[in-house]
Amino acid sequence: MTVAIQIEGVSKRFGALQALQDIHLDIAEGEFFGLLGPNGAGKTTLISILAGLVRADSGKARIMGHDVREAYREARRALGVVPQELVFDPFFSVRETLQIQSGYFGMRNNGDWIDEIMLHLDLTSKANANMRSLSGGMKRRVLVAQALVHKPPVIVLDEPTAGVDVELRQGLWQFIRRLNQDGHTIVLTTHYLEEAESLCQRIAMVKQGRIVALDSTANLLKRVHHHLNLRLRTDRPMPAQLVAAAHNEASGGAVLRLHDYSDLEPTLARIREAGCVIQELELVQPDLEDVFVQLMNQ
Amino acid sequence: MTGFPTLLHKEVLRFWKVGFQTIAAPVMTALLYLLVFAHVMEGRVRVFDGVPYSAFLAPGLVMMAVLQNAFANSSSSLIQSKITGNIIFVLLPPLAYWEFFAAYVLAAMVRGMVVGLGVLAVVFPFVDLPVQHPLWVLAFAFAGSAILGALGVLAGIWAEKIDQLAAFSNFVIVPLTFLAGVFYSTRSLTPFWQGVSHLNPFFYMIDGFRFGFFDKSDIDPAISMGFIVICLAVVTGLTLAILRNGYKLRH
Repeated sequence: MTVAIQIEGVSKRFGALQALQDIHLDIAEGEFFGLLGPNGAGKTTLISILAGLVRADSGKARIMGHDVREAYREARRALGVVPQELVFDPFFSVRETLQIQSGYFGMRNNGDWIDEIMLHLDLTSKANANMRSLSGGMKRRVLVAQALVHKPPVIVLDEPTAGVDVELRQGLWQFIRRLNQDGHTIVLTTHYLEEAESLCQRIAMVKQGRIVALDSTANLLKRVHHHLNLRLRTDRPMPAQLVAAAHNEASGGAVLRLHDYSDLEPTLARIREAGCVIQELELVQPDLEDVFVQLMNQ
Repeated sequence: MTGFPTLLHKEVLRFWKVGFQTIAAPVMTALLYLLVFAHVMEGRVRVFDGVPYSAFLAPGLVMMAVLQNAFANSSSSLIQSKITGNIIFVLLPPLAYWEFFAAYVLAAMVRGMVVGLGVLAVVFPFVDLPVQHPLWVLAFAFAGSAILGALGVLAGIWAEKIDQLAAFSNFVIVPLTFLAGVFYSTRSLTPFWQGVSHLNPFFYMIDGFRFGFFDKSDIDPAISMGFIVICLAVVTGLTLAILRNGYKLRH
């Protein structure tokens, strides 16, 4: 296995905050890898260390075997980063932005590849438009194009679909999937766990600067597949012992965890006995979100 | 190939695209200074023997424009990039810290020179300006704009808000240039204020630059150049050390 990203004992502290603590992680070449965790868990700090934007207090990070500090030129050439913030340079058009980014990596006459990326990201019609005039979604596409302009073997996407409409999100994933099929290593952080579930082969879950789970997506799902989720809404509060075991949803409903189908009838009976009328009911298989919630609550 | 030529090109393009604001406006300001001050002061102030006041003033205004615009270019570019977040585009590529420094400083020098040439062009019809030592003129313009370009990098990295940068510009750069003998010869000052003026590095830049035109100066230009080279070395060394360390850029 060739290692695309190697992180050995990386720690980072910002004042009183221990942002990362002794992180060890290897990501193989060609992998589609997910980095998940709540806000402030340390995902962006870890990505920033790989990109050379943040310097680790201790430990080593390598991209395609190149140390991000000692061999920073080679490491940065091998890495394309799509930052989380929607940033752009208001002085330039889309094509100029991509030509300039390409030049920063020492690549001149990169027009053919720039045209190809713009075509795949549906940016061709906006090639000569000033960055200021683009919508948020279009600016996001330009950020993706900027990360790809020097043909890096490793691509890191930090929340690339935050605030992006469904159509663009799907188009973007199709494109990233193809890059992965072409051999690019992809590292993704996202808040949309269903995206991570469908795209990533392996996932690391990060909490308070530590990796709390690192496994294939399939294995992570096995951790919760031994139960069922009963999602329901009632006209009045449910019995106390059920409320205690329920996980409340933002929509106002609640999710009850059942061991198996035989649990269903007794649960419904208890709700009925309490005089509650069920207004909505759904029985669902647990997903990555359940793994996430379970790990984060531990 | 490294990214240095592209960063330099982009920095030049950045001010060129808004040339009205970055080139035409300071040229206009300098012309207004010349017209107003020459009208008010001509014949009232003695400067160099045989040099009319308006002619004396012109090189001072040119150099002031060179210095202030060199500083404005690197400092405003950096603070804007930091505030908007697009500084990340130059931090992600494989650029060495000294390439980053060289690109921002050279672009600042280009802006300073372009504005300086613009001021020279518009004041030329109004004053009789000899150029006795063109090499001194160029040497002082290059060294002065390099120092201010580097100071602009330093200030742009240090400042976290436009307000802080404006304070640095309005309370340090502008007073030092105004009080450096742009509008008067320091020989007209009392010995105490002459001594104070000679602590101001900008004085040597303007005095030396003016020597290139008139073969006359308050201080021997070789001494001024020596002092400026030392200043350039100090500011360059400090800025490079800060960039290497990643201060406020790479946390």
